[in-house]
Amino acid sequence: MAFETVIGLEVHAQLLTDSKIFCACSTQFGAPDNTNTCPVCTGMPGALPVLNRKVVEMSILTGLALQCEIRENNVFSRKNYFYPDLPKGYQISQYDEPICVKGKLTFYVDDKEKTVGITRAHMEEDAGKNIHHGEFSLVNLNRSSVPLLEIVSEPDIRSAKEAGEYLRALRSILLYLGVCDGNMEEGSMRCDANVSVRPVGEKKFGQRVELKNINSFRFVEKAIEYEVGRQIDLIEQGEKIAQETRLYDPDKNRTISMRSKEEAHDYRYFPEPDLLPVKVDRAWVEKVRTRLPELPLDKLKRFVSEYKIPEYDAQILTQTRAMAEFYEEVAKLTSNPKAASNWIMGDLLRILNEQKKEITESPISKEQLADLIKNIDGGKISGKIAKTIFEDLAAGKYAGEKIEAVISKNNLVQVTDTGAIEAVIDKIIAANPGQVEQYRSGKDKLFGFFVGQVMKEMKGQGAPNVINDLLKKKL
Amino acid sequence: MTSIREMRDGVRNKKLKAKDLVSEALKKAHDAQPKYNSFISICDESAMKAAEHVDKLVASGKDPGPLAGVPIAVKDLLCTRGHRTTAASKILDQYIPPYSATVVEKLEEAGAIVIGKANLDEFAMGASNENSAYGAVKNPVDPTRVPGGSSGGSAAAVAAGIVRAAIGTDTGGSIREPASFCGITGIKPTYGRVSRYGIIAFASSLDQAGPMTRSVDDSAIVLETISGKDPRDATTADIAVPKWSENLKDNVKGLRVGLPKEYFADGIDPEVRKVIDNAVQLLKAQGATLVDVDLPLTPHGIAVYYIVACCEASSNLARYDGVRYGLRTKDAANLLELYEKSRGEGFGAEPKRRIMLGTYALSSGYYDAFYKKACQVRRLVREDFLKAFAKCDLIVGPVTPGPAFKLGEKFSDPLKMYLNDVFTLGAPLAGLPGLSVNAGFTKEKLPVGLQIIGPHFEEQRILDAAHTVETHL
Amino acid sequence: MISEETIKHIAKLARLALTPEEVTLYSKQLAGILDHVGELAKVNTEGVVPLVTPTDMAIAVREDVVVPFKGDSEDWAVENAPDKSGNLYKVPAVL
Repeated sequence: MAFETVIGLEVHAQLLTDSKIFCACSTQFGAPDNTNTCPVCTGMPGALPVLNRKVVEMSILTGLALQCEIRENNVFSRKNYFYPDLPKGYQISQYDEPICVKGKLTFYVDDKEKTVGITRAHMEEDAGKNIHHGEFSLVNLNRSSVPLLEIVSEPDIRSAKEAGEYLRALRSILLYLGVCDGNMEEGSMRCDANVSVRPVGEKKFGQRVELKNINSFRFVEKAIEYEVGRQIDLIEQGEKIAQETRLYDPDKNRTISMRSKEEAHDYRYFPEPDLLPVKVDRAWVEKVRTRLPELPLDKLKRFVSEYKIPEYDAQILTQTRAMAEFYEEVAKLTSNPKAASNWIMGDLLRILNEQKKEITESPISKEQLADLIKNIDGGKISGKIAKTIFEDLAAGKYAGEKIEAVISKNNLVQVTDTGAIEAVIDKIIAANPGQVEQYRSGKDKLFGFFVGQVMKEMKGQGAPNVINDLLKKKL
Repeated sequence: MTSIREMRDGVRNKKLKAKDLVSEALKKAHDAQPKYNSFISICDESAMKAAEHVDKLVASGKDPGPLAGVPIAVKDLLCTRGHRTTAASKILDQYIPPYSATVVEKLEEAGAIVIGKANLDEFAMGASNENSAYGAVKNPVDPTRVPGGSSGGSAAAVAAGIVRAAIGTDTGGSIREPASFCGITGIKPTYGRVSRYGIIAFASSLDQAGPMTRSVDDSAIVLETISGKDPRDATTADIAVPKWSENLKDNVKGLRVGLPKEYFADGIDPEVRKVIDNAVQLLKAQGATLVDVDLPLTPHGIAVYYIVACCEASSNLARYDGVRYGLRTKDAANLLELYEKSRGEGFGAEPKRRIMLGTYALSSGYYDAFYKKACQVRRLVREDFLKAFAKCDLIVGPVTPGPAFKLGEKFSDPLKMYLNDVFTLGAPLAGLPGLSVNAGFTKEKLPVGLQIIGPHFEEQRILDAAHTVETHL
Repeated sequence: MISEETIKHIAKLARLALTPEEVTLYSKQLAGILDHVGELAKVNTEGVVPLVTPTDMAIAVREDVVVPFKGDSEDWAVENAPDKSGNLYKVPAVL
């Protein structure tokens, strides 16, 4: 029997506000234990929540980017349960009136476009952190009440790979919007997966299982792959799939049941009486819409058509807004989008990775890179010299200087004068009679040797094409 | 006894010393404690310090505030920074809040001095102040009887002459009922008038703090001080606070007084009925017109109130789990036991009962029939009032069907206790301001309050009418 | 009557340890109260929007500005804690 995988993903994105969603405490990561706290986020008697307007704005912005309907009447609800990291004994969330509904996200999987529906996105507060120490736990409420946007997809995802690509695309959008820093390892973006299988052609959904504790993109795919295998095995053995939550164990690459003796949760949702409904009128939505940047997929498609670069290149260059803007500047300044792409994807990315820098901290500025390319295209310097200058810039030399100045200061102008080059070639030929004879009797490989010698003599400043032409003539 | 106006004028004009007013109040508080048990804690040290500070301000010519030197009792449901706040519950027996309620801050800024935390029904749940972990409060008018609740300690402190003003809270009648039982004035403002920040929550959509005093003028002055939009409470209204005390007038000419037939039906103690009828006639004699109105959902108000209040309370009381503050059981083998036993040991019977009721009403399968239904009927209750206010300017009636009952009389039957609230539940469900002003006494010399309810934000109107009643009684 | 089974389930949800006497007592008392409440079913509420906040007003929101809370001491947050470790709350493990 052939099976189809059905996956829905729930992503919790920590929103990049300065203060928490319901109190004025800082959201800054890494503060000393329980110091980013106040009576509100520690659930002290008598404390009350007050909504951070920016959370609503960021949620609207994200909803628009995901092509959602933004609901006008927004109600917060209490989700009641007991856990040490939940100081009030309830989480303020949105239940049946979430801010965003009915959206979609389009992305590429194996060069094909795939669209996944977004069921809803809603605002809620984060819980604190419960740190387990064997027989006891320690509770830190710094994270309590940090704003979250929970984004729920339709069960439209059909493979672990699609799940990975969906997450990458979603993360990319969140980064573009500046609403979340998408760090799965640090927990600013968390993902739970709902996974089920069904025989191909079957319309009814199979029993779904919720997977938690997935801390990276790689683990998402692995967890899903394992779970799908587990479910298929069970079904083929004639067993039923239990409705449960399972934890992904990255060490053993498997999912384990969270079977606890606790009752199933009855969250007893009801509207939060300490907050009134938030009215998001059309005017507010339109105001936020003006702040929507060009989104990653649109930018990718435009780069492909406008700059005639391959999709693969465009994908890498549009990974972040900063990278895309860097690229586009360079492409425009040089009118050579292909060269811009090659330099950035090749040498620049390598340097940034080595130095663990973001493109916004690049030791080579857009203007400098553009000038390098322009000077190559103009024949002023050779590609080799350009690479040397590039490496020097990466090492910190010539910081802030114009490339023209660097070239003239160091006498790096490419020599194209045929007379000068001929002279050097003659010198090399005279100095290496043995190799000349070998080459003339058929050892073609030695051509490189002569090019190298000429280049060396000319300290790399010989125009390669001229050298090649003249060498061919002379040899 | 001097009025608040006289007290603060006296202090501001250097005729009275805050220190004297406060030490007198403190002495009375201690003396009366064995008799009425109106306080859970008395703030000797901080009160004297605050009094000294007020006297210093006056001496140096600085403005000490509109309530300068006035000793005040605050229901032990309002957080006072650095001073024990218990909600009359074992579960908060040693709890010391790290911040003060906005109401307390406003009072202190105005120069008032908190001399003690008044006793109450545990977590404001009750109508007799017999549900306190620190013992029942006794009615100073007749100590064999209850003072009413849940703000029983606040009412007793005023009725016993310890303070001129106390702060209570009203969710289903907890200011108006004890005010009526003790023969004093008490007002529950419009929902949204006074900040709930720092007031230990019972029912979020019903709770309001308000003054309990010996006169309407006193109440108006205190209410002005504690009212106003608070950025820390998202359910406070963005509406200016009128100068109620300055504009207080004795003039009900042309005022249309609504008499809901449901508030004058059978089942009211004939002595209470006599007093109320008399007060109604008084208003008429002073120039008001009497109008018959209907509040047909009155009997359903009890069910609506108890569902809404208990559902909200069941959630509001979830934070008392022994983790970050409050009582933690010594007997827990694991986390689950920590929760269950701390809460089992810490909460009294009434909070436990209401938590159970609220949890049940919100639980899977019951939400629509109970909570949602109650909220729908609540809207209809409010509509009833708004329809009535199309025909009248204010609504009057009794506060409770009977006067202060004997200690222990209703205690064992919670439903009976709940039915006592039938007249006071309407105003909080609709968010309307309501007060009780003493309108007379029964044969047995028990006080009977007249309830006056007004439209949203019309506190001036009901204060004025109450002023007329107290002036011409 | 509400079954003792239901009472125990509700007590579990509410994390309340009840004595056997309390279970019996609440079973009776809650049943009585809920009967009374059941009368609500007789009120016609078709098309009525539930009312939560009884006074009409718009929600008040805050701007995204950090205002640190100043307690009376650095460790105000654990001042009332029954058990702590440094500035962290300490509780027994889940199981």
